[in-house]
Amino acid sequence: MTTSKKRLRDYANIIRSKNAGPYRLTFDILFRDEANFRAVCKSEAITRDSIARLYGVPPDQITSLFVIPTGRAIKVTMRRQIGEGDFGDSDIYGCQQHAPLLDLPIPGGEA
Amino acid sequence: MASITVLTPTGTLGYGFGAEALDGGMRLKPDVIAVDAGSTDPGPHYLGSGEPLVSRFSMKKELSDLIRVGRRARIPLVVGSAGGSGCRRHVDWTVDIVREIAREQGLRFKLGWIYADVNPARVKAAIAQSEVRDFEAGFALTEEIIDETVALVAQMGHEPIAAALDQGADVIIGGRACDDAAIAAFPIARGADPGLSMHMGKILECGAFSAEPFGMDVMVGIVSDDHFLLEPGSSNRRASVTSVAAHTLYEREDPLLQAGPGHSMDLSQCQFEQVSERRVKVSGSRFIKSDEYWVKLEGVRLAGYRSVSIAGIRCPTMIARIDEILRDVQDEATRYFASNQFEIGFHVYGRDGVMGKLEPQRTITSHELGLVIDVVAANQELAHAVAHHVSGNLLHYHFPGQFNTSGNVAFPYSPSEIDVGPNFRFSAYHLMKLQSPLELFPMHFEEL
Repeated sequence: MTTSKKRLRDYANIIRSKNAGPYRLTFDILFRDEANFRAVCKSEAITRDSIARLYGVPPDQITSLFVIPTGRAIKVTMRRQIGEGDFGDSDIYGCQQHAPLLDLPIPGGEA
Repeated sequence: MASITVLTPTGTLGYGFGAEALDGGMRLKPDVIAVDAGSTDPGPHYLGSGEPLVSRFSMKKELSDLIRVGRRARIPLVVGSAGGSGCRRHVDWTVDIVREIAREQGLRFKLGWIYADVNPARVKAAIAQSEVRDFEAGFALTEEIIDETVALVAQMGHEPIAAALDQGADVIIGGRACDDAAIAAFPIARGADPGLSMHMGKILECGAFSAEPFGMDVMVGIVSDDHFLLEPGSSNRRASVTSVAAHTLYEREDPLLQAGPGHSMDLSQCQFEQVSERRVKVSGSRFIKSDEYWVKLEGVRLAGYRSVSIAGIRCPTMIARIDEILRDVQDEATRYFASNQFEIGFHVYGRDGVMGKLEPQRTITSHELGLVIDVVAANQELAHAVAHHVSGNLLHYHFPGQFNTSGNVAFPYSPSEIDVGPNFRFSAYHLMKLQSPLELFPMHFEEL
């Protein structure tokens, strides 16, 4: 058996970011099936600290993290570092901030 | 209670929907057509400037289709957050288009419209009474901020729209409204369960974004005593448990508990069930009435005037020094103009143009960079002057090891600076307590 490093994109079929109002950025991760959802939950790869580290923000900027079994989803929300449309904002809709999540390593992942 | 069917033609009126999808949706015999036309998502500009979010062409084309099918079926049409921000100018603009359509199509009906603008004095009084609180802005709303605020609206709940429906309006153009409330108003006014209606509104408000494949297109919801059903208008789409559950997460922070004016929604006990190939059944959505009635305010201030310059960089020696060069030209401009009446920023595509400080990849791997020089100043003339000064200095900047001495940046346009006009920023995103759900939202009627 070969083991290769697996990333979040190998488990989830939707990984997206979007404004939740002008001052919040929310990330939705939806999983293909129950097994993939459980594997990522079990890995504990997605926590307030890990998301804060990934985006280089202090952990207190993460305002919530929900694990939603009925939707096979994980939802993380952070404060926008620049309010929507404020000077320096580079993504009015907040819809292109998801990319680093695609390659988030998932420890214990099997091929 | 008999079931009530709501047709939502698209996620944002003016962004389009399919003719086949509208026909398919109308075959389900809806009792109302309800659609959202705005959001804070496109940014503060539309509320500040009063410019509509979509073109007059798009709005007229889509309203024409909806008014035609709505009148033929003798069902009302409800539009929420008209024009993009739902401010008075946006409502008036939309009402004018409706009048024109009625005239051209020879239609007679009762038109209703509802404003959502808030008098600054009303907010100041509420601040004095401690009846304003921060929602997520991270700052307190003060009298000074209200004085700077050039446009201010509140998100109405379902009640003003329900009241206009009770008065027999056939077409209702609503100012700023909660997306879900604009769509839930009709079923709630006709006695449907408010929890199911509101949850259905939350899903329908984005049109067929809750279907697969998703798109700006027609979605239909049917609310009954203890559940609601969802089905897309187009036979090329289906509603699936995954697509609907996913949508319940979209554009909001808390997927399980959501506050609205005068209520909160508990979605923690919801069940999603695939009842047929293209239909999903949702149950368990709970409406919890609040003792107090708070609405969300949205305000914007004029921050200045913007000029931008777009430029490309292909030279590897320039790319290698980009950070220090940009810092230098920015500092030089600040000295040159000896003023703090402007802000200079850079979006560097190929480095971190999309994510800025959130970008984890700090090394440049691209062979070219796209640069947007962004200047906001106290007036347009100064913004233009600063942008031109910065782009000119960048063009002729000298640095050690330079091979190309004829110019550092490639401008795609002449003029190389573009005056964007007034720059608005959100100044209020706060909650305010009302005496009654109808208090801020005057309605008007006209027999066409």
